[in-house]
Amino acid sequence: MSEKFDCIVVGAGPAGISCAFELAKGGANVLLIERGEYPGSKNVMGGVLYRKMMEDIIPDFYKEAPLERPIVEQRFMMMDKESAITVGYKGMEWGKEPYNNFTVLRAKFDQWFADKAVEQGAILVNETVVLECIVENGKVIGVRTDRPNGDVYADVVVLADGVNSLLAQSLGFHKEYKPDEVALATMEILKLDKKIIEDRFNLENNQGCTIELFGDATKGILGTGFLYTNKDSLSIGVGTLLSGLIKHKIKPYELLEYVKNHPMIRPYIQGSEPQEYLAHLIPEGGYKSMGKIVGDGVIVIGDASQLVNAIHREGSNLAMTSGRLAAETILLAKEADDFSENMLKMYRTKLMEGFVGQDMKKYKDSTHHFNKFPQYFDQYIPMINKAASQMFTVDGTSKWEKQKKIIKDIGSTREKMKIARDVYKAWKVMK
Amino acid sequence: MSEQNKGQSIEEKQYLVRFNADTKSHLHVKDTDICMTKCPDKICTIFCPAEIYKWEDIRMHIGYEGCHECGSCRIGCPHQNIKWEYPKGGHGIVFRLG
Repeated sequence: MSEKFDCIVVGAGPAGISCAFELAKGGANVLLIERGEYPGSKNVMGGVLYRKMMEDIIPDFYKEAPLERPIVEQRFMMMDKESAITVGYKGMEWGKEPYNNFTVLRAKFDQWFADKAVEQGAILVNETVVLECIVENGKVIGVRTDRPNGDVYADVVVLADGVNSLLAQSLGFHKEYKPDEVALATMEILKLDKKIIEDRFNLENNQGCTIELFGDATKGILGTGFLYTNKDSLSIGVGTLLSGLIKHKIKPYELLEYVKNHPMIRPYIQGSEPQEYLAHLIPEGGYKSMGKIVGDGVIVIGDASQLVNAIHREGSNLAMTSGRLAAETILLAKEADDFSENMLKMYRTKLMEGFVGQDMKKYKDSTHHFNKFPQYFDQYIPMINKAASQMFTVDGTSKWEKQKKIIKDIGSTREKMKIARDVYKAWKVMK
Repeated sequence: MSEQNKGQSIEEKQYLVRFNADTKSHLHVKDTDICMTKCPDKICTIFCPAEIYKWEDIRMHIGYEGCHECGSCRIGCPHQNIKWEYPKGGHGIVFRLG
């Protein structure tokens, strides 16, 4: 298939599809290459899709896209071994148009989204691996695929090949990631009757709830667990930095079983039937791990460029926005007939000036900070659980006495100062 | 312990997944000697989410057919001793739900 396109997009995930959609809509001749049997067959995410960034691409998509439930409640559980402090927000405004976010099952959603790009005129080729970028005089001019006579050419190649971006790496855009720059997440889809889900999570028809799990969900290792409601299934998972699993020699699927059997979680999933088991890496190095994202004839988007906001569990929305901005830039480049790095770097400027770059910068130190000081997860969460237990247990001790004991239990003045400093430091990296 | 507290084994989990395995492995140990002599922990046998790495007496067995293509072994191997590629187009893991 020795053909020439305006643009080749490698990888049909949220970033690649968004980019291909916008390019095709703008009149460009686009080839979208996916290595899986169909778009979504290699993709995994916890399951929360944000409405705004998707709507920037397809307005009113929620009227026809295969979505699970609009989220009306977000809960956060700070867990100890046999207890949890839970906070959350539930708002009926999220249950109405235009909604805030939805749970989705990726294999279904990505296929639908890719079909939309095809409707715009993009050519989708599945079951094809891009082995390398074809580079001539320092400029990317096409890709070599694993098909017979599989070289294809284009003015611009967009790399949307995900967290394992072998292509961006082979161009020297970033070094191999280290185990503390990626999180390994494992998850399961559990089938459960719709009515039972709604009763257990306190939901009305077609409302959804998400619960993020901290502390004992990851046995104190930096990371989080999650439990999300789909239509007639639950998504449950746990992700920690790969370095944490290595350091503590923990098997990820045993950690997942631990969460499933945790006394705070078990009642939610009781009686459900496992349908699928999935594992995936999440690029969590943040701003500091972002490599080069623009070159002559090439642009990197989505997970391949580390665009994940780990603190706010956001990724697919950053991916979509980066895909859209890359497409805008490429369309301008096409008009100017200039596909040099100098022209394409407008993508980087747009990205970094918008919410994607700003959020990446805001949290640039956060993962590193919490990784360096594990006490937030393994000491402080148990500590507040214990304090809550003491304060709320009515046993004839006066509240003053209880308060005194709680403060005494925290430790010496020096230890108290340390906690105060840690709280301040945490505030600083998050502010 | 009740029946459900036993937890599901990794074998049971892997049965839930569809694989369209190639006849050729996409994962290779670069230097088997390194696993044998320089890597007492063989940490890939622990963190791999599909438990595809198994140490058998003197060599690393790779059950690549059950690989989730997550990339952890490439990044997590302390000796960068794993040659990691994508399976041939259309092959490998096929998520139905995700």
